[in-house]
Amino acid sequence: MESVKGSCVLSKMATNERHGENSPYFDGWKAYDAYPFHPTDRPDGVIQMGLAENQLCLDMIRDWIEKNPQASICTPEGLHMFKDVALFQDYHGLPRFRQAVAKFMERGRGNKVRFDPERIVMGGGATGANELITFCLADDGDAFLVPSPYYPAFDRDLGWRTKVQIIPVHCNSSNNFQITRPALETAYDQATRTGSTVKGLVIANPSNPLGTCLDRTTLESLVAFATEKRIHLVADEIYAATVFHNPTTQFVSVAEVIRDNAADPARCDPDLIHIVYSLSKDMGLPGLRVGVVYSYNDAVVRCGRRMSSFGLVSSQTQHLLAAMLSDEDFVGRLLLESSRRLGERHGRFSKGLERVGIRCLESSCAGLFVWMDLRHLLKEASYEGELALWRVIVNEVKLNVSPGVSFHCVEPGWFRVCFANMDEGTMEVALQRIRAFIQGKEAGDGRENNDVGVVKPPAGKKRWQKDLRLSFKTVRRSEEGHVSSSPLRMSPHSPIPRSPLLWARN
Amino acid sequence: MAIELEQQPKPSAGAVELSKIAVSETHGEDSPYFAGWKAYDENPYDELTNPTGVIQMGLAENQVSFDLLEDFLEHHSEAATWGNGATAGFRDNALFQDYHGLKSFRGAMASFMEQIRGGRARFDPDRIVLTAGATAANELLTFILANPGDALLIPTPYYPGFDRDLRWRTGVQIVPIHCHSSNNFQITESALHAAYDDAVSRNLNVRGVLITNPSNPLGATVQRAALEQILDFAVEKNIHLVSDEIYSGSTFSSAEFVSIAEILESRGSRHVDRERVHIVYSLSKDLGLPGFRVGTIYSYNDAVVTTARRMSSFTLISSQTQHLLACMLSDKEFTANYIKTNRERLRKRYDVIIAGLRRAGIECLRGNAGLFCWMNLGPLLKESTKEGELALWNLIVRDVRLNISPGSSCHCSEPGWFRVCFANMSEATLDVALDRLHRFVDEYRRTGSSQ
Repeated sequence: MESVKGSCVLSKMATNERHGENSPYFDGWKAYDAYPFHPTDRPDGVIQMGLAENQLCLDMIRDWIEKNPQASICTPEGLHMFKDVALFQDYHGLPRFRQAVAKFMERGRGNKVRFDPERIVMGGGATGANELITFCLADDGDAFLVPSPYYPAFDRDLGWRTKVQIIPVHCNSSNNFQITRPALETAYDQATRTGSTVKGLVIANPSNPLGTCLDRTTLESLVAFATEKRIHLVADEIYAATVFHNPTTQFVSVAEVIRDNAADPARCDPDLIHIVYSLSKDMGLPGLRVGVVYSYNDAVVRCGRRMSSFGLVSSQTQHLLAAMLSDEDFVGRLLLESSRRLGERHGRFSKGLERVGIRCLESSCAGLFVWMDLRHLLKEASYEGELALWRVIVNEVKLNVSPGVSFHCVEPGWFRVCFANMDEGTMEVALQRIRAFIQGKEAGDGRENNDVGVVKPPAGKKRWQKDLRLSFKTVRRSEEGHVSSSPLRMSPHSPIPRSPLLWARN
Repeated sequence: MAIELEQQPKPSAGAVELSKIAVSETHGEDSPYFAGWKAYDENPYDELTNPTGVIQMGLAENQVSFDLLEDFLEHHSEAATWGNGATAGFRDNALFQDYHGLKSFRGAMASFMEQIRGGRARFDPDRIVLTAGATAANELLTFILANPGDALLIPTPYYPGFDRDLRWRTGVQIVPIHCHSSNNFQITESALHAAYDDAVSRNLNVRGVLITNPSNPLGATVQRAALEQILDFAVEKNIHLVSDEIYSGSTFSSAEFVSIAEILESRGSRHVDRERVHIVYSLSKDLGLPGFRVGTIYSYNDAVVTTARRMSSFTLISSQTQHLLACMLSDKEFTANYIKTNRERLRKRYDVIIAGLRRAGIECLRGNAGLFCWMNLGPLLKESTKEGELALWNLIVRDVRLNISPGSSCHCSEPGWFRVCFANMSEATLDVALDRLHRFVDEYRRTGSSQ
């Protein structure tokens, strides 16, 4: 960024690109913003399928709020609490809020584990919580290992103001993107070779974008790996209650591993383990900015709590949620119904895709999205091929989906497609469009989709490099003609001028 | 002398390492300042159940105008209709996480800030960036304006929380601009230059000046002439100017508060003047809503607005709270009345405490704003040192059972000054506190002790 002569400069942090907004990921948003879908007003608009929101149970929450006016401090029934709540800024948080959140976390994990309210630290959404835990665990220049594909904003959340490096632990479809020990070791060694100290491993479980849950054995081996290397393990469990197939058996929280291995500190040191949680996905309330750091390490709880001053949850919101989440009957119904609706929605959507020969990652059992395999549609098995296909999907099929490259996926051709941020009618329209697109292509009806053809995936050896560097010097130029590239990051593109739903968690 | 970062030694081998930030003491909570809080926590005053307990006079909260807010809510159900019937309203609000913030809320904030300044400055809602409290706003601005190891110049005495907010995670240093009672602690040109030169002599890169106007802990506004000088100084040195104006609505009379925004407008806003200026605001003090975590950054610099907005992702305001406050602050009749009434009530409280202290022979700095007064107990110190001040303070906390804030925790260069809050309690409690202080001072003057 250039400074005008005579003007005072900003910091390096303010002028670097680590905010991540100049990624091609946001082109789809631009298209959506320019012409968003509406069932009656704009039936040919772009459908937003890049936003991992859970809109399926907001009606239940709204009903609860209507029936419980005392939970609001603005209603006649709740006004008597206004002053006390408005004054409460203690960074410990409202005790009854912490208790209610702890209980909710327990219920969301099938009551298989207990959570101590005293270990709950608030963060400004999961975004704030992830940054906070990173500040507690790592110094400027240290490294965190993060299995790929991963949520794009981890680069910003874990690395922008903290200046921590993200080293991806590459996973691929040969084993359904499971995290392997060799992949961990490779990433660890890579960091060490470049002179960075690895301070932690961050896992998202359930995974965004995969929608998979870690099985117990893998989870235990990750805990063992961290314990062996004396690095921290941060488990981002914000999708814990979005498990729609057999929630109780499918999702294993890292809390269970701690519970079961308490007697074996060589394999499981609780002081190394921290959970990040939020209500943005499980409850569909991203606007309320409820992030949680739950740490088994006392020093981290103490330090984290102090740091939470920079991102406390509004006391008005704490008060509301304390009441709501203490309503055990409601919580029980909500979790059951949410899981059922998500399962139904996921089932309908994935079957709709299957009918036109589109497969999604089969091991998915959670999340608000599918991880769709379009490798067979790539003209070339490369990121260029993926982005070319993606441009077609955004501009011609008019669906904003998220290309795998923005999740640092090493295999081109995968796309994350969200299905829970819309009503059923809209989802049907999306499926129709996909059907028409596929069928049109198969029929060779002269559509102008010259970028896309049916391609056999490369047999045998993969074409892409093992430690793939992304370089788009020749592929993309920003509208201002500015081009740059950086290893391990997407090439910058012109920033999206405005988006109504830009950037907290998506 | 810069206020140094303190570091703890590394933990022993085998113990799990945390970050340097995590183990540093820059969070500041081990300072004596908090001993008074502990004393209060252990034995809090209550009119009925614990009349001999510690009275909290260290908390700058505004409790004098809650009835006005409650009254508004009673008569305006739309503030409570989040979730009441308006289906679209609840859903959209619950999903709203755009870091631009609710447009209606930004608009309401801008007009509220204008009203506080008597219409003498305009605020563009698109320059308002929202953060969860002024705590976050100040830290965020520091991340944007300075690199680790750089310095901000801050007039003393200052809000103790700055040591944490501006330094802890940012790695930025604070170099004090020393102010003295000889001229009522006003910021002088020579003090500005002395601080700058001090920083330079220690190879520190100065990135900005941060002033609090009205001042915490002084309880007084910064004079127009001083503001002009500070802005000139910032232009001359090509550095930023941050004006923390979170107490602007708590000035006892509207006319007495001059915002840096007014200075800019009166100068015909040369670009090179404007783009270095940033204002921090909050509703924690003026509206008495610290729990809601409502902070704002208003910057005249486009790059700062853009970057601050991105960074605010870590610290957004709850959409539920934005909705409530948008309703409240959009009602200009309500806000005009609130601002006027709140000012009057604070002034009355201030008069009560000043009169009470004067009766006890205690003088305060002449104040015109804020939720506290700046009390001079210098004449009572056994020795005119920081230790003497802390010894007296210990007595007051322990025996008089008043938690007040010693000037040394505010980095005041003169011992003997104390910040005493008056707006976070009932009038009856204030009377009790004044009575205790009066008796203590009488006794202390006679015998040199509190017994």
